[in-house]
This record gives sequence, C-alpha cells and structure tokens, in this order.
Amino acid sequence: MSTFPWLLALLVVPLIGAAIVMFLPKNSPALAKQFGLLVSLIVFALTVGMALQFVTAQAADFQFTYSFSWIPAFGVNFALGVDGIALVLIAMAACLVPVVMLAGWNDVDGSQGSVRGYVALILVLEAAIVGVFAATDLFLFYVFFEAMLVPVYFLIGRYGGPRRNYAAVKFLLYSLFGGLLMLASLIGLYVVSARITGVGTFDFTALANLNIDPDTQKWLFLGFFIAFAIKAPLVPFHTWLPDAAAESTPGTAVLLVGVLDKVGTFGMLRYCLELFPDASRWATPVVIALAVVGIIYGALVAIGQSDIKRLIAYTSVSHFGFIALGIFVMTTRGQSGSALYMVNHGFSTAALFLIAGFLISRRGSRLIEDFGGVQKVAPILAGTFLVAGLSSLALPGLSSFVSEFLVLVGTFERYRWIGVVATLGIVLAALYILLMYQRTMTGPTPDEVGERVTDLRGREVLAVAPILVIIVVLGFYPKPVLDVINPAIDRVMHAVNASDPAPEVAPVAEGTQP
Amino acid sequence: MSPFSGALAPAAGEISARTASGSFTQIWLLIALPLLGAAILLLLGRRTNAWGHWVGVLMSAGSFAIAVSLFLAMRQESGGNRAFTQHLFQWISVGTFQVPFDLRIDQLSMVFVLLITGVGTLIHIYSVGYMSHDHDRRRFFGYLNLFVAAMLLLVLADNYLVLYVGWEGVGLASYLLIGFWFYKETAAVAAKKAFVVNRVGDVGLSVAVMLMFVTFGSVTFEGVLGNAPKASQTSLTLIGLALLLAACGKSAQFPLQSWLLDAMEGPTPVSALIHAATMVTAGVYLIARSNAIFNAAPTAQTAVIVIGAITLIMGAIIGCAKDDIKKALAGSTMSQIGYMVLAAGLGPIGYVFAIFHLLTHGFFKATMFLGAGSVMHGMNDQVNMRRFGALRTVMVLTTITFFAGYLAILGIPPFAGFYSKDKIIESAFAHSTLVGLVTLVGAAITAFYMTRLVAMTFLGKARWPDDAHPHESPAMMMIPVSILAVLSTVSGFLLLNNNWIVNWLEPVVGFEEPVLGFNVNILQYGTLAVVLVSAALGYVLYARRPVPEVAPVGSLLTQAARADLYGDAVNEAVFMRPGQYLTRFLVWFDSRVVDGAVNGTAALLGGLSGRARRTQNGFTRSYALTMLGGAALVIAALVLVRL
Repeated sequence: MSTFPWLLALLVVPLIGAAIVMFLPKNSPALAKQFGLLVSLIVFALTVGMALQFVTAQAADFQFTYSFSWIPAFGVNFALGVDGIALVLIAMAACLVPVVMLAGWNDVDGSQGSVRGYVALILVLEAAIVGVFAATDLFLFYVFFEAMLVPVYFLIGRYGGPRRNYAAVKFLLYSLFGGLLMLASLIGLYVVSARITGVGTFDFTALANLNIDPDTQKWLFLGFFIAFAIKAPLVPFHTWLPDAAAESTPGTAVLLVGVLDKVGTFGMLRYCLELFPDASRWATPVVIALAVVGIIYGALVAIGQSDIKRLIAYTSVSHFGFIALGIFVMTTRGQSGSALYMVNHGFSTAALFLIAGFLISRRGSRLIEDFGGVQKVAPILAGTFLVAGLSSLALPGLSSFVSEFLVLVGTFERYRWIGVVATLGIVLAALYILLMYQRTMTGPTPDEVGERVTDLRGREVLAVAPILVIIVVLGFYPKPVLDVINPAIDRVMHAVNASDPAPEVAPVAEGTQP
Repeated sequence: MSPFSGALAPAAGEISARTASGSFTQIWLLIALPLLGAAILLLLGRRTNAWGHWVGVLMSAGSFAIAVSLFLAMRQESGGNRAFTQHLFQWISVGTFQVPFDLRIDQLSMVFVLLITGVGTLIHIYSVGYMSHDHDRRRFFGYLNLFVAAMLLLVLADNYLVLYVGWEGVGLASYLLIGFWFYKETAAVAAKKAFVVNRVGDVGLSVAVMLMFVTFGSVTFEGVLGNAPKASQTSLTLIGLALLLAACGKSAQFPLQSWLLDAMEGPTPVSALIHAATMVTAGVYLIARSNAIFNAAPTAQTAVIVIGAITLIMGAIIGCAKDDIKKALAGSTMSQIGYMVLAAGLGPIGYVFAIFHLLTHGFFKATMFLGAGSVMHGMNDQVNMRRFGALRTVMVLTTITFFAGYLAILGIPPFAGFYSKDKIIESAFAHSTLVGLVTLVGAAITAFYMTRLVAMTFLGKARWPDDAHPHESPAMMMIPVSILAVLSTVSGFLLLNNNWIVNWLEPVVGFEEPVLGFNVNILQYGTLAVVLVSAALGYVLYARRPVPEVAPVGSLLTQAARADLYGDAVNEAVFMRPGQYLTRFLVWFDSRVVDGAVNGTAALLGGLSGRARRTQNGFTRSYALTMLGGAALVIAALVLVRL
C-alpha cells in the first residue's frame, strides 16, 4: 500500500483552496468559480487515485490510515482511515462537489453574500465531509460533525431563498441539539472506556472492542442515535429538512440532502451498531417502526406538496426510512443495501434537485401549479428530469433499484409483514414522481412557461450528464461498490452478533437436479 | 398423444439448460440491437429526425432475423436439449444473494421472441406510414425500440430479478408511449395511471421474488423451479398468489384492469403491439414459466382460474358497450387474456393452449388494431363507431383484413382462433363444467361484440362526419396488415398441425391431454353454434337496423359497461379520494403538529417567543461565527501544542 497520505490530502486541498479563494479579487466572481471548480476537480482526481489504491480484499479494515496524537491528555488522536463504506461515501461526495459547482454557476450571482464566499464555503464543507467520513477517532468525528454545520449554516442563510434565515436557524438549532446529546454520550463513552481499561480512549476500534454493560449502552446509544436520527433525518425529527432544502440553492440542497445527511445513517451503521450492539438490538423495534412510518409517511406527504423542492425533500424522508430500515433489520442484505442506498440516493437526489433548480430559476417559481407542458419547450430538460425521477422511484435498471430491493429483501428475510408494508412504498414513489412530472412537464404549455423556459444549456448538460451516466452504470453494474461495501458490512454484522436467516429449502449446488 | 406424456413422464416442465455455444451465443444480440436503436434515437435527438425511423425498423428487423436463425438452430436439437443459458455478468452479489445477469432461450421464450420481433417489426413498418405526419416520429421509434428491447429481456431472463428489469422496462415503454402525445392532458393522465396501477402489480412481483429467496435461497429459474417440489405448500401458494398479482397488473386482469382502456390514448400502433399482442400477455408468460410453482399450489391455481374467468366475462361485457373502436378492442383484449390466464390456471392441460392462444391472438388482435388504425387514418382520427358505417365500400383491403381477424377471434374454422380457443374451451370443460360454461359464455359474448364492431364500422349505412373523406391507407401500412391477416387465417392450423405446438412447448411447460367426459365433437359443434347464433344477433341489431349517431341511454347493464363496470368509480371511491384526503391531512399534520410541536418547544425553551424572534438571527449567526473561530483556534492550538 502506498504511503501517500491520501486522506490528509483530501482534507487539506479543499481547505487551502478555500483560503486562496478568499484572497482572489472581489470583483471577478468568474475567477473564484473557475478556481473553485479546479480545486474540486483536483479533489476528485485525488479520490480516484485513492480508490484505485484501495485493497478490496481488506475493505473491512481501515486503510490509508494516518494518525498523530492530538490531545494526549485525553487520548485524542487525529486519526483518519476509511473502510469500504466510508470510501464510497467520500467518493460520492467528491463526484458531487464539482457537479454542484458547475451546475450552480450563476445561482449566487447577485445574492446577499459574495460569490467567492460561496465557493469557499463549499470547499470548506467538502473538507468537513471528508473528515467526518474518514475520522477513526470519535472525538475527531465529533469535531467534524459539528464543523460541518458552519459552512452549511452560511450557505443556507446567505445564499438561499426568501425564508432562508428561518430555515438556516432551524437547521442549526436542530443540529446543535443533536450534537449536544452526542457530546454527552461521547464523554460518557470516554469515561466508560477509562473505567474498563484504565485508560480513556476515543479510538473507534478500541471502543468497539469494549464490553460495555447493556444498561450503560442504552444511554450512550440514545445520545448518538438521536443525533443521527436528526441528521438523517428520521420521522419525527425531519421537519427542518424541507425548509432547509427548499430555501437553499439547488447546489446546497444537493450537498445537504445528498451527502451531509448520510452522516446520520453512516453514523447509525458504524457507531450505533458497532459501539453499542446490545443497545442497538434493544432499540431495533422502535427504529424499525420509525423507519417504516417514515417510508410511507414521507411518501404520502411528498404527494401532497405543492412546492417542487419541498416535494423532493420529502421523497428523501421516505428514502432515509428505507436506509434506516435496512440498517436495523440486521441482515447482510439489508445493511449492504442501505450502504449502497446511501451512494445511489446521493446521485439520484442530486440529479433531481439540480434539474429542478434549472427549471425553477427559468420560471422564477417553485410552485408546481406554475408549470405545465415543459416537455414541449424544453425536451432535454424534461427528459433528464424524467430519468432522475425514475431513479428516485427505483426503476429496475437504474441504480436505486438494486439498493432498494436489497433493503426490501433484507427486511423480508427477518420481518415478512414489515417487508411487505415497505414494498408498498414503491407504489407511492411512482405516484409522487409521476404526478409531479405530469403536472410540470405535460399537458398544455402556459404562456409564462413557453416564454421563459428554455432548454438546457451546454454547461447544464455537462453538469448533470455524468450523474445520469453513473445512475445507469450502477444500475446494471453495482459490483465495484458492493465489493467494497460487503466486507465492511460483514464486520458490522459480526459486531452486532447477527446472522442471516436460512432459507426454507436447503440450497443445492448449482446445476444439480433433484 | 404426445410422445412425452404417459405414466412415467412427469407432467411438469423441465428447467435444466445447457450453456449457450455456437449460434446461441447471439442471444444477447436480440436485446442489444433494439436497445442500441433506442439509444441512438433518444440520445442523438433531432439530428436523427430525417432517417431515425428507419434505424428503428432496421434494429427490430435485425433482431427478428437473429430470432429466426436461432429458431432454425433450435429445431436441429432434440426436444429435451433446446434450452440454453448465457452468462453476461454478475449483477448483484451480497452474501448468499447472488443474481447473475443471465439470459435463457428455450422453446417457451423462443416463441415469444418470434412473436415480439416478428409482429414488432411489422408494426414498426406500419408506423412509418401511420406516424408520417407526426413531427416527433423519431421519438416514437425510439420508444418502440426501447419497448422491444425490454420485452425481449423479460422473456429471455434466466432469473426472476432480471425478468423484473424487463417487466418494469416494458412498463416504462408503455408509459412513454401512452403519453406520447404528452401535450394532451388525457394522454398524460392515462400514462401515469398505467404506470401506477402496474406498480401495484409489481409489488406482487417484488414480494414473489423475496418469498422465493427466503424459501429457496435463490431467485434463478433453476434454483426456484427446480426445487419447487421441496418447498412447503404454504410458501408455494403465497408465491403463486404474489405472481398472480403481478400478472394482474401487467395483463390488465381484474382487479387491476382499469388502466388498459385508458391506455388507448396512445397511438394505435402502440395499442396493437404493446396493449394487445405482446406486453399485456406477459402475465400469461409469467404463470406459464412458473408452472412448477403453480402445479404444486392448487389454491393459487384456483385463484388464477377465478381471476381469468372474471376478467374474460368482464372484458367481453365492456366490449359490447363501447362506441370507441379502440376501447371496444381493448375490452376484447382484456377478455381474451382472461382466456389465456384461465387456461394457464388449469395446469398441464392448459399451459400449452394458453401460449397457443396467446400467439394466435397476437396475430389477429394486431390485425384488428392496425385495421382500426387504418380506419382512423382514413377518417381524420375519428374513433366513434357511430360515425363510421359502410366503410367496406371505400376501404376494401382494410375490410378484408379486418374480417380475417374477426373470423379468427370468433373461432370460425379454419381461422386461427378456431384452433386455439376451442382447445381452451375443451381444457376448461375437462377441468370442470362450470369453468367450461364460463368460457362458452365468453365465446358467445365475444361473437356478439365483435359482430357489433364490424357491423358498425364496415357494414350498414355511412354515418360519416361531413369533413371525412375515407380512403384506403397507403401500402406502407397495408402490407404489414395483410401479412398479419394471413397469419390470423393460417397460424392456428399450422401451429397445431401434427400437434406441433404441443410437442414444442411440452418440455418447458409440461402437458397432459385434457380428458372430456363426452365426445369432443359435440363441444366443437356446440361452440360453433353458440357463436353463430350470437353473431347473427349482433348482425341483426347493428347491420340491419340503423345505428343512431348519438348513443341511446341503454339498459343499466349497458350503462355499467360503458363506465367500465365501475372499475374506475370503485378505485376513485376506495383509493383515490380517501388517499387525497389522507395526504392533505398529513401535509397539515406535518406542518402544524409535528413541526408545530418542535417550534413551540423551541419557543418555550428560548423564553418568550417574541423576544427570541427579535434576537434570533443576529444571535445565531454570531454564535456560528464564534464557533467557527473557536474551532479554528482550538485546531491551531492543538497542532502547535503537538509541535
């Protein structure tokens, strides 16, 4: 394995980029954007380089580890490392940042904040995202977890829509509340580790190997879980999301819903399950109930939305229900499906938000009723929107299908009826997507739409085309992602001491006949 | 008697297969060609407008040519050795959940491939003429090619999950084509409805696949069907019922039938190819393919028969009352697929005949739909049969070809339907008299509504609108129709000659000779008599008497049939309206109760809400800024300390 500190580079390059952006001349926003795009492309290239060096066979282990002692007094290390799951999530983020830069080229021109500030904030956010997925020290994880809030807060509050202040504050208060609970649990965990081993530690692997007594686990679990459930978000902690997503620029919405919220489900999978296996099993019934309610509830509320961006946000509430469900059913299928879902949902939601953003900026309205017949005047826009929507409703052949089906199978293996109820979500998904498509893209074209809505420009096509290609490729060939996810999931399954139910009929070797 | 039936030979089909070699390695090409066509036409867009339709035709024809060569090669092999599989790549792999992207061609998929590519190519050619005035013809051919590719994947899949890809793929193509004239509100709504109702069926397919995995630990045909006898009765029954739900969605069977009539919003070639000849028969394919499951699950079989019987009568009644020629034909399609589903529910005495009727129906229904398209072409897209009449005088070839389809669906010898439908009626009587009588009644109603249809359209007096100048359609359209008309005439005899279709399909779906308690000739003549009487009634009522241009109010049954037997009314009352209330309530609940509780708590915690509002913005922003600064300081300090 190479000794190049890949993860540190991924962390530092965007930060340096952000610093340089702030020193660029204030009156040439184009330069800031070009430079920001360049930096994000460098990060993307570095990520590709790192992924190529990743050893698939050891995807359960932390690779590219980098560590130095940070606060020796508390045993805090600046420790980075990725397993297969963290790797694919970082890769997804690194794909989406340049796309977001390119797609939102003109989104912040003339807004309250400066263009270079916008670019810098996105780069800072990218660094924080890398950090939060790559941290293998819990204190460091917590620092990044909280640090993410700052750029997002400003991205929403300065560059968003009319109610941006309300949305930004709401986002911040929710997140701070969750973070506070997590901090309490984190300190508790440190104390427990000190009591058990004599030396307090924040090292993930060491903590995962502790035998914490089940009652203590429950309290510690709750602090982490609630923080993650707010971030993900699960019903009933979700109401900040539609406001935040609707009021922010499309690019911010993509990073917020597509990437940042994954920290919640990622945290459940890695931290809740591996650190507190007994408590996780104890909480399973409640979490599964919340998840299933979220799938159906999120979808039904999405159907009833009149605002395109809020609708997309609620579809994500439904999708996060699927992800949480897959994690807590404690089967290999469910958890691998959830990990893959995190990646696929990032891309399909990004496509939806960005294309909806193109549409909304042209017409100057987010309300579904203000649209109609767009397909006639902007066939490429309509076509790409349809593909993104079909991915969101998990059409087989597109990426989301594989992950959604894995979650459903994994659920069904253990809980038949819950699996069936969750499957009903696919009907509702067809409704919320196709109803939106019908109302915005088909039917007669109103004059305002005919005059204002033009088809996608070259830059916009260039921004969304890669996502759509990824959606199709991962639909038919998810193997590269699954191959690195699976070993890490085996580690989680082992940690929670779970095994898959056996089939009714004992399997026979392929090719033999009874 | 077939050589394979007898005391020792199993009635069930075999599922083992050889790895494809030689010419059979071209299986993937069958799908790849139309897929490539779709990609060219849809991705290159307007640039291909001038010649795009010919790309579409060529890709479909190329696929048909490969299908024919594979068919000839397959005939060289012996009966038990005609199944081949091809491994393309590993699709999903998570622990024991292994789903290879594998294809299979055997006798069952072969006949489907020939039907899809053969009829598909003819309809592509027809569409070149039919859609010649549509400026978006290129997009139409892109969707058609996409449909052909998806439908081929459906029948060539070697496991249920790859089948699922084709299954929803044809659903997507159907959605796109029903809504092809998207600027029409009705078309867009019908397209969405078709997709959503189909998704209800797809829940069945999803659940079936999940049940298969928890039962057999596999979703491949070999892993599931090969081990079916080992599974418990309960599991098999549940799988069978879930598959039936899937079939109901795709094949427009009760209670998921309502989308098909609305689907007629699509261009007529689409109605012919997708909503008559091929896609809607996918449910029959699914049941016949899964014969090992159904054979061992009598309860599920009974459910299949009941659903088929209900739909067969329901569709026929709806067909009697429609004045829209396409909707009358759509009711007929429902009804005819009801026959096939019913036959598939009969077990080994029925599978072969279900597929047999599926093939002949594919020919004669496509003939009639394309004929209806020809009529519409000549009548300014008029679909109301009350404004037709006497078209035999101006559209001779359309009339002749349509009558070939008409005689075939009635089951008049020697037309195709005579052989295939009589076989189903025979098997139904072999199963039980009650089921037999249902099929017989269905045949009688069919004769009535079809006679009504041809009488109102081609016979009687002209009731044309003033601006209509009906004329025969161009050769580009009439040549494919003529070929299909010939097939409607001779295919029944040819396929059943020497028991060919039975011998061909038996290794895959199994076969048992239906045993009647009485002479089969009585049944044949009896059926024919019933059909002729019923047709004569239709003739007297609709050809000999004037047809009013405005529909009379009619009896309660007529009114019910016009309203699709209230299928939509029930959906609306039971699902749509309560659903709308529910979503409206939940939207209110979400913003007022869930969000309201949080905002209320926040306000309480922050003291007086008014004060909080005044200081909120500045406070939090400075707070966040402090946090950022603080974090930076801490990090800097820590790094320094370490150094």
